[in-house]
Amino acid sequence: MATLHPKLSEERSQTVVSSTKSVKLKIKRSNPNVNSEERFDDYVVPIEKWTTVLDALLDVKSHLDHSVGIRYSCRQASCGSCGMKINGKPALACFTKISELDSDTVTVEPMDNFPVVRDLVVGFERMINNHKKVMPYVIRDDSEIDPESGMREFLQSPENVEKYIQFSSCIKCGLCNSACPTMAMDTSFVGPQALAQAYRYIADDRDKGKNKRLKVIDESHGIWRCHFAGSCSQVCPKGVDPAMGIQLLRGYLLGIRD
Amino acid sequence: MERETGAREGLKGWLNPGKIGKFGIERLAWLLMRLTGLGLLAYFIGHIWETSHILDGKAVWDKSLEMTQTTEGHLFLALVIGMCVFHTGNGIRLMIAQMGYGIGKAERPDYPYKPQSINMKGKACIYATLGMAALAMWYGMAVMFA
Repeated sequence: MATLHPKLSEERSQTVVSSTKSVKLKIKRSNPNVNSEERFDDYVVPIEKWTTVLDALLDVKSHLDHSVGIRYSCRQASCGSCGMKINGKPALACFTKISELDSDTVTVEPMDNFPVVRDLVVGFERMINNHKKVMPYVIRDDSEIDPESGMREFLQSPENVEKYIQFSSCIKCGLCNSACPTMAMDTSFVGPQALAQAYRYIADDRDKGKNKRLKVIDESHGIWRCHFAGSCSQVCPKGVDPAMGIQLLRGYLLGIRD
Repeated sequence: MERETGAREGLKGWLNPGKIGKFGIERLAWLLMRLTGLGLLAYFIGHIWETSHILDGKAVWDKSLEMTQTTEGHLFLALVIGMCVFHTGNGIRLMIAQMGYGIGKAERPDYPYKPQSINMKGKACIYATLGMAALAMWYGMAVMFA
């Protein structure tokens, strides 16, 4: 049996793991499939300075109420599953430390502008469908790899990568759509997520599908409904800056960009 | 685009003052742009109605002009001046931004992921526009109440 190094053993024994602080977690509960009732349930959870909102929610599920509905996966802001409204602002639960909220009460609600499935879980169908509509892939007539004709992968300069790499960081968490004031009123608006992705592929010099994508977004509930409130960019946890992508995308439709 | 009912915030998403606190001056500018747009549209319709009285003779025309020659009328006109200046100034800012100028340059994002499109240039323009609107209202009131 392996033994710990004496110094390491000593260090571990001195580590205090008990919490000295706690917060009240207010969780919005609802189940539209059963009834229209909505309520807030309060839970007191211990926190450390590194505790995230997701950690606190999992603490509630483990020790206080296992029926709380949440969706999560990677716990490191990569999968985009745990988007929710935290103290009134859309954010990823795994990327939000409670100590940084500077509040003794943390209110968590499902994201706005999405249909609620249950508690903090919302449906992404519309966002994913709009994402698909802007054709989020490189469009070309020729095949990428064709051994017979000697075709290899498409080459691209580092300078050209920089033109779109920012927008390829999108994790489809839906926070931008939730923060967008146009989404709050227009149930048919394509949304900042899909528009930023349209720009990501149009700005990619390997892509030849610009006209097809512009046709999709140049309609009554498309790009012209954005009025640059900038809220989408303020909540993006990956620095995608959808508002910038949308304004740059407009340049193609206005004839400023080729 | 796909329509989804029962999943929108509605007017609460526009008018909630908490949103302005959380999303900053850009969100306030967005809200004021919409409200001043609606206000100016209402004024424009009212203005056409008021000036149409000229067809009914001098007496009716003079009477219709008296509507704005009161304290309330002056305050209303000062508000119209403010709405007009803000809507124009902010509209120019938006047109420039929507052409892709002054919103930064796409580059590899790095923590803490500060959005380039929400920058000090834009904020300064919004504050300047608000200041100009306030100044125009003050000047308008100084002339009307003189």
